Amino acid sequence: MPDAFEPKIVAFFCNWCTYLGADLAGASRLKYAPNARVVRVMCSGRVDPQFVLNAFARGADGVLIGGCHPGDCHYQEGNYKALRRFRLLQRLAEQMGIEPERLRLEWISAAEGDRVRTVINDMVEKLKALGPRRVGQGPDRPVKDLAEVS
Amino acid sequence: MSERDGLRIGVYVCHCGTNIAGTVDVRAVAESAAALPGVAVSRDYKYMCSDPGQDLIRQDIQKFGLNRIVVAACSPHLHEHTFRTATRTGGLNEFYFQMVNIREQDSWVHEHKGAATRKAIDLVRAAARRVARHRALEKSRTPIHPAVLVVGGGIAGIHAALTLANAGKHVYLVEREPSIGGHMAKFDKTFPTLDCAACILTPKMSAVKNHPNITLWTYSEVTAVEGYIGNYKATIARRPRYIDEDLCAGCLECIDACVFRQAKVPDEFNEDLSRRKPIYVPFPQAVPLVPVIDPEACIEFHSHKCKKTCVTACGERHAVNLRAEEKLERIDIGSIVLATGFRAYDARRSANYGYGVYPNVYTALEVERLINASGPTAGEVVLRDGRTPQTVGIVHCVGSRDENTNRWCSRVCCMYSLKLAHLVKERTGAEVFNFYIDMRTPGKGFEEFYQKLLSERVHFVRGRVAEVTDWALDSSEEGRLVIRVEDTLAGLFRRIPVDMVILSTGLEPQPDAGDVRRLFNISSSPEGFFLERHPKLAPVNTFTEGVLLAGCCQGPKDIPDTVAQAGAAAAEALALIDAGSVETDPNTAYVMEEACSGCKTCVPLCPYHAISFAQAARKAEINQALCKGCGTCVAACPSSSIGQNLFEDDEIFEESEGLLAYA
Ligand SMILES: Cc1cc2nc3c(=O)[nH]c(=O)nc-3n(C[C@H](O)[C@H](O)[C@H](O)COP(=O)(O)OP(=O)(O)OC[C@H]3O[C@@H](n4cnc5c(N)ncnc54)[C@H](O)[C@@H]3O)c2cc1C
Ligand code: FES
Repeated sequence: MPDAFEPKIVAFFCNWCTYLGADLAGASRLKYAPNARVVRVMCSGRVDPQFVLNAFARGADGVLIGGCHPGDCHYQEGNYKALRRFRLLQRLAEQMGIEPERLRLEWISAAEGDRVRTVINDMVEKLKALGPRRVGQGPDRPVKDLAEVS
Repeated sequence: MSERDGLRIGVYVCHCGTNIAGTVDVRAVAESAAALPGVAVSRDYKYMCSDPGQDLIRQDIQKFGLNRIVVAACSPHLHEHTFRTATRTGGLNEFYFQMVNIREQDSWVHEHKGAATRKAIDLVRAAARRVARHRALEKSRTPIHPAVLVVGGGIAGIHAALTLANAGKHVYLVEREPSIGGHMAKFDKTFPTLDCAACILTPKMSAVKNHPNITLWTYSEVTAVEGYIGNYKATIARRPRYIDEDLCAGCLECIDACVFRQAKVPDEFNEDLSRRKPIYVPFPQAVPLVPVIDPEACIEFHSHKCKKTCVTACGERHAVNLRAEEKLERIDIGSIVLATGFRAYDARRSANYGYGVYPNVYTALEVERLINASGPTAGEVVLRDGRTPQTVGIVHCVGSRDENTNRWCSRVCCMYSLKLAHLVKERTGAEVFNFYIDMRTPGKGFEEFYQKLLSERVHFVRGRVAEVTDWALDSSEEGRLVIRVEDTLAGLFRRIPVDMVILSTGLEPQPDAGDVRRLFNISSSPEGFFLERHPKLAPVNTFTEGVLLAGCCQGPKDIPDTVAQAGAAAAEALALIDAGSVETDPNTAYVMEEACSGCKTCVPLCPYHAISFAQAARKAEINQALCKGCGTCVAACPSSSIGQNLFEDDEIFEESEGLLAYA
């Protein structure tokens, strides 16, 4: 089946735990589904709900947020802030018709390369079962004048 | 910036030998990048991190007038610094650079070349869009406080502290036991040279005590740490020993004078094989040689009715102070060496070996104490009933290399088992059996030591011991312990009766390693040993800058390796101190004043109290020196009026949109 559905996942990983966990999965040569694309942020607390909504609006089938385990955040408690926002996002996503499986928050430490593999594989499997996202293409983000920021 | 405005991106796709090129079609990635808006040059190259690879970037910047650089290679944690430097030395601001991880997070984790290549293409497209938004930034410099905190006073902490102090740096050495020395202080001899442990350790211990550059706090623990590389503040709680260290002369008369004529309290230092008094020094060579009163055992702390003969014995010195309280010390340091060591596996967990059930089953640490000339039996190897064992069985790998307990090899057990076999045979003339799974002797002089033991007629039986039992099948086994084992070389089951069993227990993380690692904001490996930044290239660094590792807290190792690592950690700390300052990424958050509505949402979010509210202007303000760059406030600001250098909203939007923009 050349045209089997391959879900697109945007993953926001914190620099100190989950991103390193993903690096460790690599160093350990663990193999997992190639569907996730990682955006590195310093802390899961940096993940603005807009990043998530925008990713969905631009065609992501799933969004994964990865942070340090509770108590382990490099900045003390950014992951709790992420959790708080995640709960809100879940409700919002639901109202927008985005199935709950499409949005995921996971605590993965720098030592848990195998968890990176399990979580991504599991998410891909669930998204494949769900199929492509159909509903609610969101509004365009107001783009700042390019010249202004360069 | 767009192409029209003169955006000129250079894209470099690294082969990393075959590490990347074996799974990712690097040529295809470079070709697809060449077609992206703003890309002026796109190349693939065998090793981008090599000198010629970096030169390529520098030359292209000049030749093609590049103003943005993207390198798709390994993890930014490995080479971001390298390529930023190349960008800078090529004449650009180093933050006009973006790194793409197509090795750890692509070629190494995927098998299908097509899919891995598509992923790399997406990631490069995202980076090219992101980098267009990058702004020129300056790194900031933080001065390094020249003092160092060393936590743990085993051989690792001692060696690191002395190295630093000899280089003229001030060291605070914090040890939680009443004396420094760690596990090594318990041994009589050390493998493979069989040199006397005390003879090499005690001089170093007294050197610590006497060094003008070392502040030694024993019986103390670090309770709080804050700050960042160069400027840490630590709080140390010093438990009361009830004997004033400054006043005590170390005569130990208070111990003799204690109303307890008989020592009744199990002696931890002797692995409970002997008893001590409520007032005691852990061992005769303890540093500092100042007694401690154990409030759990001392009657005065229970009934207040003791005659306090210790106080009387101390006399004019007035060193005994039964009202002493915990003291907090607050220190400023620039870097930290963690050397908290290991704990030995609890042999009770392997119930089939009968430890705690049969009195003649011992742990290796107990036997180390028995063998020790200053131990509970003054160096005689005798059983609890006073008999000298005629036959001794040493069981290797107890709590190591075992799916049910600990999976790792503890690295030192084969060698210390050989050491104990030699010493027990030497002291008792007993027949000694070693039961091993594999003999692991990879170290200088180690294999030679093994050969020596073979020639000493110590028996070696290959096989994991199934059980230690006192269930005799015939008269030769009566009243003895029987070791049941499958001898995998002879191919038969054997029952070997012995008088004494020694369990070679493995090395584990300290029980509180999880708390310690959180305190110092570092990570650990799955089994709990502290995680080094890179196993080969940064083995004593952690992901928290300025926090270094030495000794068994990082993983099981012998004394030579521990000392080498402690020296390396000291050298890393020295390098920081002598550089005087360290560069930090300018990833701080800042308030865009025009947009700030003064809602104060951000103020309580900051864990570093970097955000304040300027009453006059009714705007939030971020103190750049305090901000650590997590970006939590940026994500929370309802009016999008906080930005974060290096992680601007626009940059992240461009990146994630780039990922999803399929051609
Ligand atoms: C039975 C046995 C025999 C051995 N024989 C040999 C041998 O012959 N030759 C050899 O080379 N190696 C031998 N080893 C290995 C050797 O013990 C280690 O290599 C060495 O002790 C490691 O030193 P360290 O300083 O890292 O840890 P440790 O010796 O464990 O010292 C750690 C110190 O840190 C302190 N500490 C822990 N946590 C804290 C905290 N939170 N705050 C403050 N202080 C803390 C502890 O009290 C301790 O003093 C043997 C090991 C065992 C178990
Ligand atoms: S740094 Fe990982 S969640 Fe904050």
